[in-house]
Amino acid sequence: MSNFVILPLIMTMFSGIVLLFFKDKIRVQRWISSLSLLLTVVASFYLVHLVHTKGILTHELGNWKPPFGIVLVADMLSALLVATTSIIALCAVLFAFRSIGEARERFYFYPFVHFLITGVFGAFLTGDLFNLFVFFEVMLMSSYVLIILGGTKIQLKESIKYILVNVVSSALFVISVAYLYAVTGTLNMADLALRITAAGDQGIITVIAMLLLVVFGLKGGIFPLYFWLPGSYKAPPPVISALFGALLTKVGLYAIFRVFTLIFIHDQAFTHPIIGYLAILTIIVGTIGAVAYHDIEKIVIYNIIVAVGVILYGLTIGSVDGFTGSIYYLVHDMIIKGALFLLCGAVISVTGTADMRKMGGLIKHHPFMGWLFFLSILSLAGIPPLSGFIGKLMLVQSGLQSHSYVFVGVMLLSSLLVLYSAMKIFMTCFWGEQVLESSQEKGSTKGLLLPISILVGLSVVLGIGTEWALPYITEAAKTLADPMSYIQSVLKE
Amino acid sequence: MKSNDIILQTAAKFVTFIIMIFSFYIFLGGHFGPGGGFVGGLLTSSALVLMLLAFDIKTMSTVIPFDYKLLIPIGLLVALGTGVGSFFFHVPFLTHAFGHFTLPIIGETELATATIFDLGVYLVVVGITMTIIQTIGESE
Repeated sequence: MSNFVILPLIMTMFSGIVLLFFKDKIRVQRWISSLSLLLTVVASFYLVHLVHTKGILTHELGNWKPPFGIVLVADMLSALLVATTSIIALCAVLFAFRSIGEARERFYFYPFVHFLITGVFGAFLTGDLFNLFVFFEVMLMSSYVLIILGGTKIQLKESIKYILVNVVSSALFVISVAYLYAVTGTLNMADLALRITAAGDQGIITVIAMLLLVVFGLKGGIFPLYFWLPGSYKAPPPVISALFGALLTKVGLYAIFRVFTLIFIHDQAFTHPIIGYLAILTIIVGTIGAVAYHDIEKIVIYNIIVAVGVILYGLTIGSVDGFTGSIYYLVHDMIIKGALFLLCGAVISVTGTADMRKMGGLIKHHPFMGWLFFLSILSLAGIPPLSGFIGKLMLVQSGLQSHSYVFVGVMLLSSLLVLYSAMKIFMTCFWGEQVLESSQEKGSTKGLLLPISILVGLSVVLGIGTEWALPYITEAAKTLADPMSYIQSVLKE
Repeated sequence: MKSNDIILQTAAKFVTFIIMIFSFYIFLGGHFGPGGGFVGGLLTSSALVLMLLAFDIKTMSTVIPFDYKLLIPIGLLVALGTGVGSFFFHVPFLTHAFGHFTLPIIGETELATATIFDLGVYLVVVGITMTIIQTIGESE
């Protein structure tokens, strides 16, 4: 049934709308949101299964044939990202029950999480460039609300910055879509790809490609355009940072991948080296930030930037192996960044501070949390049995095959420093001298560790069960490497 | 001395109805002429805003005892409902249909399901505009 493609999207939107009716009934809101997200997880995994068995699925909205109508396309990459997103959303909502506080819950926290997820799903699933813009806006509007919800001073300050940057980048997006429409006369991605291939190597198309790189780079936080990210992600409560860190930057990355593997493949000699240099600089900047700070959230935030660089470089390698490594690392990174932000939230709720110089010896009273943190650090750095390993290994292999030794060197060194930065948190916060007696703690971790252990467990499964997960990811990479299969399944030629 | 705005209030009472009727005309005419749910909704809320200007928020809330915030989810549900409704006819999301019907007074009319979607848009626009204006008006 081709209607299945749109189901995750409709389900989250529907429950988001229904939640608006229950403003003051917090228990009802919690039940509805957790149940609907659980159903979404099931539906999105079934979507992955469907794509695996039947190939790329399309859904033509309003029964208009592409390229005339909007089309939703679920290839393996979209389906995998939708599944990962739904799991992270479920875990974040479970974490929010105990941590977000009643005042925020009363002011439409859950509906806006649902609308955020709707936007993310839509951005992953759409096959139309302007529709991608609309879903970006759905996602960004909800993120504006979530970043400002609660109205503390730092949130107000950082949200102004965040909104300004995103309004500018959205305007740029519209401008570049307008240019592209003027040049090609279509906005359907598959049709765009055909027309640009037919038009051949025109300078103006490369200019538009670079404009879109700036747009998606602003959303995704790549090197010169990441400046807004550390402050904005630090401001809201950790659950919201977890949603942002795990999902929002990855949507920008996904858009770069989609656009530069499907549409703008006409002048790779020019575009791909630029993306490559930006990726390496992103890794370097992120690593410097991760090493420099003593704030546990800031360290995790700079680790997002490192991962963005690593994933982005896989695009420029251009081989199926490179794509596979990137996608594996993308899925892994979404899960592990979600887990790390939630862990930071748990630590902050116990100690009441994010400054790691003010805490120590947490492992005495919170051994489970400590070892969860340890596992997720090892996974982040890419230690063999865990999920970060395979992706990085494949990236290193394909990097060596394509003789990009600088990238391999930078990435391996950055892995070491990422491990150092995260291990620094573990050593000072969990080991060392105990700062807080159990009676002095600001809060408990009751109920907070369940969603974290789901995410960390998933990361372990993704690492140990590589044999099981790799066929799906290789399939996604093959679709990326062969744009004709995407075009044919959309346009049915 | 208490200021007297009887001319404004009397005029507003009449003009509001004219704007309301015009907004419904624009809303229904959207299929074949300029107009539709968005403009119609804005016109309706401008009529309500005129009432707000002539009287005050308290009088308005006694005359129309309705929470505008509720219009937003209702409108969204209507719009989403027309989309999902097409699933029952085994066609993709948001597939619209139309047909010619003979109605009592008006005679033969073309009715399209797109109007129901537009009704959703209309409700959301009215709800959002009024929520924004009332929230800004009430905050000190």
